[in-house]
Amino acid sequence: MDERSEAPARRRIALVVNGNPVEAEIEPRELLLDFLRHRLGLMGAKRSCDVQVCGSCTVLLDGEPVSACCTLAYEARDRQVLTIEGLADAGRLHVLQEAFIEHAAVQCGFCTSGMILTSLELLREVPAPVPEQVRSHLKGNLCRCTGYRRIIDAVVDAGRRLAAEGASS
Amino acid sequence: MLRPFEIHEPATVTAASRLLAYYGDEAAVYAGGTELLPVMKEGLAHYPHLVNIKTIAGLESIAFHQGILRIGALATHRQIERSPVVRERLPLLGQVACGVANLRVRIAGTLGGNLCFAEPHSDPAAVLVASGATLVLARDAEERRVSAEAFFTGILQTVRLPDEILTGVEVPDPGPGVGAAYHRFALHERPIAGVAAVLAVHEGIITRACLVVGSVGPIPARIAEAEAGLIGQAPAGSVLSAAAEAAGRHADVLEDLYGSVDYKRHIVAVMARRALKEAAARGHVEAT
Repeated sequence: MDERSEAPARRRIALVVNGNPVEAEIEPRELLLDFLRHRLGLMGAKRSCDVQVCGSCTVLLDGEPVSACCTLAYEARDRQVLTIEGLADAGRLHVLQEAFIEHAAVQCGFCTSGMILTSLELLREVPAPVPEQVRSHLKGNLCRCTGYRRIIDAVVDAGRRLAAEGASS
Repeated sequence: MLRPFEIHEPATVTAASRLLAYYGDEAAVYAGGTELLPVMKEGLAHYPHLVNIKTIAGLESIAFHQGILRIGALATHRQIERSPVVRERLPLLGQVACGVANLRVRIAGTLGGNLCFAEPHSDPAAVLVASGATLVLARDAEERRVSAEAFFTGILQTVRLPDEILTGVEVPDPGPGVGAAYHRFALHERPIAGVAAVLAVHEGIITRACLVVGSVGPIPARIAEAEAGLIGQAPAGSVLSAAAEAAGRHADVLEDLYGSVDYKRHIVAVMARRALKEAAARGHVEAT
């Protein structure tokens, strides 16, 4: 039997998306971004540059930011995916989301989910980052509207609030 | 949309190498995918078979043993940037790993993939050539070692055979009195020019010099004319500047969207001067 002529087998994968177990049959070539948007209807991760430069498609895979546009859905097997839709807790916005609203850190909104998820990972590692740390962490996330300043203000503020909450609890 | 492909999941290097031999031109090694998938998405290459080497255990480990720092090919840029062993033994590589592309690429992309893809604008490649690194290539049951300097042969080309797997990179401990530095100039994610300098300074005299220019030409390359002007000299500003000018003059530079030949030569000289000064200062500190 010549294996070369075989069509690629579909694969059954199990993963957890925003806390919910998901099982699906995928083709190896299926991109995580298409899987999330077209199969699960999670439209928060955006397709923009499509070559992992802009960060609009950022989701967290086991807590770490990845470009869903250049990640195979296959890579998410047996792992946890967090998209922006999974960040609010039972309808209560995350501190980062609140800070983005309060600081008006959103204009067209296309980059926002990527900005917030990438910042979430920063706040887990650096509880109350200074602006320079935020700038350096968000270097690979492009925004074409805000000029970044309000985004950086929002993340710094969210970090301060989370650190204060942590200290008081 | 990607064209259809199958993903294979070998458990051993031998199995991976046999799959690559069997499928030949139809197969590619798949690890982080940060270089391969964009190329396949753009339709610039198509491989009906991807051999996923992430299913091989142990290829991501980083360890220092008997004077050799060994970094597994699957170590991601982020693992390298955060590794305490790298920080202690080859801090320059850790520092350079922090600057590769963007956070998401550093999280997914591997050192082995970066080197094997041989995109000319690689920061780790220039640093590893300057550090005298050796690359370990495995094929079926055989293993061979190639110096990083000899590994790259052209744009996107290396001496790796189609069924060989890069398993790791070995970097010898530089020893006392050796300083290393890397300076690059980048307006976007990939650098326009990068210069790595490694200098051994003993009793105020440069006894060994390695100056590698990357990004501006097809491969990261040592500049013999610059190195020759350093050996036997005191690391004075004038000596370092002259060597930096030589690096700009003699580097193999290609004109492309990143800039003209003259522009790149100028940038190389500036980066080389900075890298040499920093390497000399670090070598001096190491020696005392």
